[in-house]
Amino acid sequence: MLDQTNRARSIEALAPRADFPILARPIHDRPLIYLDSTATSQKPATVLDAMDSYYRQTNANVHRGAYTLSEEASEQYEQARRHIARFIHAHSWREIIFTRNTTEGINLLAWTWGLSQLKARDTILLTEMEHHSNLVPWQILAQRTGAQLAFVPVREDGRLDLDAYRQLLETHMPKLVAFSLMSNVLGTIPPARLMVELAHAAGATVFCDGAQSVAHLPTDVRDLDCDALAFSGHKMLGPTGIGVLYGKRALLEALPPFMGGGDMIGEVQLHTFTPNALPWKFEAGTPAIAEVIGLAAALSYLEHLEMARVAAHETALVDYMLARLSAIPGLRIIGPTDAVDRGAVVSFTLAELHPHDLATLLDRDGIAIRAGHHCAQPLMERFAVPATARASAYVYTNAAEIDALGVAIERARRLFL
Amino acid sequence: MDDLYREYILEHYRQPHNKGDLEHPDRFAAYANPLCGDRIQMGVRLEGDCVVEVRFNGSGCAISQASASMLTDRMCEATLEELAAITKDDIFEMLGVSISPARQRCALLAWEVLRKGILGQPEEDDDEAS
Ligand SMILES: Cc1ncc(COP(=O)(O)O)c(C=O)c1O
Repeated sequence: MLDQTNRARSIEALAPRADFPILARPIHDRPLIYLDSTATSQKPATVLDAMDSYYRQTNANVHRGAYTLSEEASEQYEQARRHIARFIHAHSWREIIFTRNTTEGINLLAWTWGLSQLKARDTILLTEMEHHSNLVPWQILAQRTGAQLAFVPVREDGRLDLDAYRQLLETHMPKLVAFSLMSNVLGTIPPARLMVELAHAAGATVFCDGAQSVAHLPTDVRDLDCDALAFSGHKMLGPTGIGVLYGKRALLEALPPFMGGGDMIGEVQLHTFTPNALPWKFEAGTPAIAEVIGLAAALSYLEHLEMARVAAHETALVDYMLARLSAIPGLRIIGPTDAVDRGAVVSFTLAELHPHDLATLLDRDGIAIRAGHHCAQPLMERFAVPATARASAYVYTNAAEIDALGVAIERARRLFL
Repeated sequence: MDDLYREYILEHYRQPHNKGDLEHPDRFAAYANPLCGDRIQMGVRLEGDCVVEVRFNGSGCAISQASASMLTDRMCEATLEELAAITKDDIFEMLGVSISPARQRCALLAWEVLRKGILGQPEEDDDEAS
């Protein structure tokens, strides 16, 4: 036991902390301990430098001019797209659509695929652990089309009820199955490959929310075989304002365009237009060029670390977090209590102490955790809590920070309870 | 020690004043802050336009609950007119600690119940540019 503790204590950060300039910033005269990477990650200097040098050296609009700057900008922009395709093992760069974030990717799908494919009484099958982002767009679509929503239940231990999933597939024959590859509240990593396979066998199209998983686990869309996947740059060491929607080429080809404007067109007359080829058909207007370039730099950084090692680092850390936190009297973990198929995000309540008070107190110690409903109100209701506190780790997190978290929570407990 | 969680705030949180339910309130209102799950309900008994009894119930963070405890103290034996004159700044002054922007909604929840629910005052216009 002691051995195990000592081993856990020695978990060092996977990434050199000096690569992340913000980690050197003191908060209330204490070193920053950033435990909210589930909301957004911090950025390494290489990402900041890539964006800065784009603006200083290369800035021009893309796909426009036959001059050096524009050609370079277009080249970097399109190289980034290919880089992303390789990172998630897509068949083709044409399957990579730039969006603002995961949310926009899901809305794009709902408004194009959803409106063109769904009819009254069709079923959209979601799970009880979805982020509002992977819930509300489908609610809006259901209102528009008369389709209905069904939900795979989350068990008390924070895992999806797969028996219920099989039954729901059978009874509803859903047109769409949409689920998150890693819960931002519970940390749960569902058996996605099996779920996709079962959904396909039932005739459904499958969308996966990769907002958390793509940042923390190796991603292979060919192996997973989902029809579409969305994720956000800002959660994977990249900048805000850039996200990706991956879709199988055949699916994307068949969709109507989403937003109209420049770049998404082939030819325009006064009364009609023809849409551009993939992927530009879905990219109306000047894109977030610097952010795309920043995201590519983030991918390079992650590739250098290796995603398999990122995942292993987080498994070790969450194992330690679960042990450290559950040793605190009155602390209840919401989500799986073992580190298997689980991301390094731990939601918890501490007796009667409100998560906001805890977060405010911890902030005085330089510790940033999240408090609230984490954009998953139905899940809060499922576990009968108004809100939770949530601590999450990433490549720059080490065990010493988890120890500091534990000590600070114990101090808060003594103050309030 | 922490500025925000002064001992008197924690006292009000641990042992709130006027907590409970009124059997037959003349006015009653309940609000929740969906962002953090703070909930406050408040009932008052009136004689003429004077508050003779007030009770609140609810759950939430120390700031929202202490604020409700302190505000209801102040409501006892006040007239409706006096209550209507209480401003946002009065609440911050009453709490006596500096409230960061992120926690202002917690601090003001009980006051919102009073203002909008009990007194029926309109939604505050907060769309000035400043
Ligand atoms: C599981 C999950 N889905 C979707 C989102 C939405 O991501 P974004 O706000 O970047 O669109 C998040 C972000 O918190 C998330 O964790």
